[in-house]
Amino acid sequence: MDDKEDITRRGFIKGAVAGAASLAATNCSGGGGLGSLEAFFQSHFKEMDKEELQRTLKRLEREYSEKYGKDFVVKADKPIEGTLFGYGLDISRCIGCRRCVYACVEENNQSRDPQIHWITVLRFKKGEKWLELEEADKYYEAEKVPEDGYFYVPVSCQQCEKAPCTKVCPVQATWKEPDGIIVIDYNWCIGCRYCMAACPYGARHFNLTDPGVPAEETNPNTHYLGNRPRPRGVVEKCTFCIQRTRNGRYPACAEVCPAGARKFGNLLDPNSEIRYLIEKKRVFRLKEDLNTLPKFFYFISL
Amino acid sequence: MKQKIRHFRIAAAEVVKGGKLYYAWVSFLLLMIAVGIYAYTVQARNGFIVTGIRDQVSWGFYISNFTFLVGVAAAAVLLVLPAYLYHFKPIKEIAFLGEMMAITAICMCIMFVTADLGHPERVWHMLPFIGRPNFPSSMLTWDVIVLNGYLIINAVIFFYVLYKIYAGEDYSSIFPLIILSIPWAISIHTVTAFLYNGLSARPFWNASILAPRFLASAFCSGPALMILVFQLVRKLTKTNIENAAILKLSELIAYTMGVNIFLLGCEVFKEMYTDNVHLAPLKYLYVGLHGHSNLTPWIWLATTLNVSSFFIFLSSRYMKGLTLVNIACGMTIIGVYIEKGFGLVIPGFTPDTLGEIYEYVPTRVEVMVALGIWAAGALIYTLLLKFTLPIYRGELRHNKSPD
Repeated sequence: MDDKEDITRRGFIKGAVAGAASLAATNCSGGGGLGSLEAFFQSHFKEMDKEELQRTLKRLEREYSEKYGKDFVVKADKPIEGTLFGYGLDISRCIGCRRCVYACVEENNQSRDPQIHWITVLRFKKGEKWLELEEADKYYEAEKVPEDGYFYVPVSCQQCEKAPCTKVCPVQATWKEPDGIIVIDYNWCIGCRYCMAACPYGARHFNLTDPGVPAEETNPNTHYLGNRPRPRGVVEKCTFCIQRTRNGRYPACAEVCPAGARKFGNLLDPNSEIRYLIEKKRVFRLKEDLNTLPKFFYFISL
Repeated sequence: MKQKIRHFRIAAAEVVKGGKLYYAWVSFLLLMIAVGIYAYTVQARNGFIVTGIRDQVSWGFYISNFTFLVGVAAAAVLLVLPAYLYHFKPIKEIAFLGEMMAITAICMCIMFVTADLGHPERVWHMLPFIGRPNFPSSMLTWDVIVLNGYLIINAVIFFYVLYKIYAGEDYSSIFPLIILSIPWAISIHTVTAFLYNGLSARPFWNASILAPRFLASAFCSGPALMILVFQLVRKLTKTNIENAAILKLSELIAYTMGVNIFLLGCEVFKEMYTDNVHLAPLKYLYVGLHGHSNLTPWIWLATTLNVSSFFIFLSSRYMKGLTLVNIACGMTIIGVYIEKGFGLVIPGFTPDTLGEIYEYVPTRVEVMVALGIWAAGALIYTLLLKFTLPIYRGELRHNKSPD
């Protein structure tokens, strides 16, 4: 986007604020929500034709660039044929440092204030029953990790094959993509929070107010269904870093983990690391009795 | 036709006519509605951060009120059944008061759900053709269908019968719709129960006894509310409501409250005796969990009120006068409001799915919005009543000049 266009856009925004008439212009940008007629009448992501999708992506790019004062890219990369993403987490290696939590926050433009974390690290006392999660502490503060006598289980979206959240959404604003990622169209979500009631893993988070992300900390490389800045009043969640993984990169959490506890790969590729782990290690999934079939596998290697 | 329009105007004009008490009442309601609107603008400006709702407890006071009111709406069937199927005259004469209550309650339900949406301007996403309703998969979509259907059915019956009475014509051709309204009433509370019931993530709701419990408690609180409202109507307007109708309803609550308490007992037994991890929400509700016990006094209050009102209703047939029945009605309404309101919604989220206990407390904004919606409901009922009464009392009839 060049400067000239930028100036025109500024004019447009001012016009949009000034009067409703300018809202009718097809190319106008706005604050989203009620502020912009185009955003209001926008189609569901799956129903957009190529032209509308391009127009929407451009509008969002303008909107975010204006808001944060730097150039944003909003892509809508399609799933790669023949991929079904899966995650492996080695709880015998996790040291509870929460670097994954903060790498995720930065990569995915999560709100700092109020604080939203897509990854929750649960701390358990060794030797006590733990799988029912009631003895878990997610607010532990440690000067040094790992702490003696404790172990850690990070939990984020389990990307269920039979996801209870997508089943209950009244407007199909959340669904499973062909590569297995559960995504949300933030411009379609009505904010009823039924999916949050349905999720057995506490993976879904609600934007209680406008997300507070300092402009200099934003990540401008975004995906429509993933880490683009969210409006207030919608639900958000982990997308396996869709903006990275559909371009052959690892999710931010897997990349940052200093203990090598996080593994990621294609479940359909028999030679992938994730397949090796599932076949060779002692593997379990959270709340397997609920039959949600998570694609997030916990394992114990040591 | 000219006369009909004139009579419609006369009936409509009734709405703005009344004594001091009437004006005071309407002004009070308007004031409460203004308070509610103000509180809602605070929420709309700042987002849900001004409510007690958080990720751990993602539904709160609004959905609690919604759930209670679906029960009130469904309970109208308890008047329709004896009135139109058994032609029990004392109730047939007042069936319209029940239909009005159903219409009002559904309107309030819609307002409560709308207040609970993060993006109310996007509700059109639920509509067929222009939106993407998740049908038949989402129970919320089902709920939207059955609730709006129930509203339409009741409104059609109500206004059709009203018009026919006014015109002095036979209204039996609406009978099929009245029959349809009976299972439909059951369906609205069943689907609302299924909304919770179908979530395996929430063991507190994931019990097959939930829908029967919903209906049983709705058939307590609904008629209890009607008994009180009917007597108010009788006292404040010149409407003839026979004691026989009121006693019939109170007798009915004796049965439904008995069933309600029995079903609760079944659930408590199953949870307590099995004593597995699913007991946690019930423990939180009744005795407190890990030192968190905000709801405990409320649920014991509710249980006490429900059980004692049961005994009063049981012995109501031996009573002279309605004082004790009225007290029991008040007890039932409060008891069920707690039990099927926040006593049902909040424990479903406490502890949350990762074992955390966040104690939800509604904020002032939520309470004010809720008060506004209750006032709006009372206003709708009042105005409907004002419009209807001259016709039901026979003062306004086609080809008859009004007195």
